[in-house]
Amino acid sequence: MPQGAAIASARGRRTGSSLSKAAKRRSTIAFLMALPLIVLITALVLYPAGYALHLSTLNKSMEEFVGFENFEYLFERETFWMVVWQSCIFAITAVIFKALIGFIVAHIVHNIPLKGQRKWRGMLLVPWVIPPAMSTLAWLWLFDSSYSAFNWLIEGVGGPRIPWLGETGWARFSIILVNVWYGAPFFMIMYLAALKSVPEQLYEAAAIDGAGWWQRMWFITLPMMRNIIAITVLFSTIVTFSNFDIVRVLTAGGPIDTTHVFATYAFKLGIEASDIPLGAAVSLFMFPLLALAAIVILRDVSRRGNQT
Amino acid sequence: MTTAMATDVNAAARRGSLKKSRRWALIWSYVFLAIFAGFFLLPPIYMFITSLKTSAEISAATNPWWVFNPTLDNYKALLTSKEFLIFFRNSTVVSVCVVIITMIVSILAAFSLARMKFWGSATLATGVFLTYLVPDTLLFIPLFKIFAWLHEVTDIQFINRWWMLIILYPTLTVPFCTWIMIGYFASIPKELDEAAIMDGASYMQVLTRIFIPVALPGIIAATIFAFTVSWAQFLYPLAFTTSTDQLMLPVGIVTTLIKGDVFNWGQIMTGALLGALPPLVIYAFLMDYYIAGLTAGATKG
Repeated sequence: MPQGAAIASARGRRTGSSLSKAAKRRSTIAFLMALPLIVLITALVLYPAGYALHLSTLNKSMEEFVGFENFEYLFERETFWMVVWQSCIFAITAVIFKALIGFIVAHIVHNIPLKGQRKWRGMLLVPWVIPPAMSTLAWLWLFDSSYSAFNWLIEGVGGPRIPWLGETGWARFSIILVNVWYGAPFFMIMYLAALKSVPEQLYEAAAIDGAGWWQRMWFITLPMMRNIIAITVLFSTIVTFSNFDIVRVLTAGGPIDTTHVFATYAFKLGIEASDIPLGAAVSLFMFPLLALAAIVILRDVSRRGNQT
Repeated sequence: MTTAMATDVNAAARRGSLKKSRRWALIWSYVFLAIFAGFFLLPPIYMFITSLKTSAEISAATNPWWVFNPTLDNYKALLTSKEFLIFFRNSTVVSVCVVIITMIVSILAAFSLARMKFWGSATLATGVFLTYLVPDTLLFIPLFKIFAWLHEVTDIQFINRWWMLIILYPTLTVPFCTWIMIGYFASIPKELDEAAIMDGASYMQVLTRIFIPVALPGIIAATIFAFTVSWAQFLYPLAFTTSTDQLMLPVGIVTTLIKGDVFNWGQIMTGALLGALPPLVIYAFLMDYYIAGLTAGATKG
């Protein structure tokens, strides 16, 4: 107590300077509290990201500066352009289907009586909970070339034997299917939360005005969910575009490198073929597209947020 | 009188048809839900079916959707295999350590960014969100080189050591956890901590006595997120560890079991199921926290 009194009297004498001192102390403590985070992000995210840039300008043994030679080498390779093409097709198709299925399922769950919703929601989110490497193993076994359980069913009704992972077209389809399976529940949960936050009065007012199902969807549901749709599509585009687990376990890039995406191709070149600079150069191609997607969608969200 | 009765009957009929159409809509909803649930639950169910089969039954190519001679041999074999138990231990130790580190770092940072503020703290908060968007697939190659270089400088072996993943995983968990903790902390009324400061509490006391208890649901959600992310992480252990005694569970199952003979699928599926079990159990018991953590990141963004 006497200590407290001393401080109080000291404060009384020089209020101005001690206040600013307190503020200074406060911000010093705040900075120290955030310091572990700053160190972590700087050392293990920002520095490696910058270092990747530097690495991509070195030769294979990493002793010589070669400028853009790695990139020039990549641009000449047909495989690389196939990877670019495949990554884009994969990400765009998968995100569209994830968003669509998530949207539909969220509506269906929202429509059934509240009592059962929890149970269904719990079941439908399971794909998102299982580690993707583990669930992809199950898909790998379902797609197996000679013991595919799908082919057993298809052949049972007289259909042809489908080379799920053996043929480029089918392999690409399978990868997208597995990715949609894994990601759609995430969209479902997000949209369901967004649907719950739309005030019921809006729909009641619309019903009194005689609005049909489409009109309610177009003029109430979609505008109310616009932000959440934008943000989930942004997240999912980034995650899908940089996906590694599913492609790696399912096809590892095959048949003949036709299903590689940036991440798996970078892994193959950088780690497996131990050409670290070339791998770094490939992985850098994920960055501009991701940055672009982030800027476009974030700006869109803030602009629309300002309007309403 | 007759007209009144007619409208009455009409209205009743209309109400009846409305009820009927709503019932049909409900039935269709359940039909579609069942179809989607079937699609979503197919792989785990098929994992379970296969895990009960013997290699002989799998190779006999009988109906793959049915188990004729159920057996627990695959489970026994895996749970007594020293290799598998090492994977399990590695994954458990790493995930638990990562959760502890993540929570300490992100709670401290979130408290500082949400309440105390310092020069550049607003920028840092946005920066945290942006680092969450930087994927692991962009960082693993430079990180590999950095740790190889650290080995030369410090003479400590980092590559091919399971514990080095404890250093790496927080980069995947901390940004998101900090982000959602900022959200939870910001929602606590300012009067609460101002009153405590007036009463002479230190910032640390405010954090441990007020913020942590009040934001406990958020902390549980963030803990679950950190655990599931580190348990499921596949790229870093695949790139950084190679010896069988250094592997994490997902990588161990994919690399050591899959190379065996073709009919090893019973064991592979058992391993996959056991590897999926910890997150599934947590999800089953703490579903609401799990979903709260999932939606908090986006809705506050």
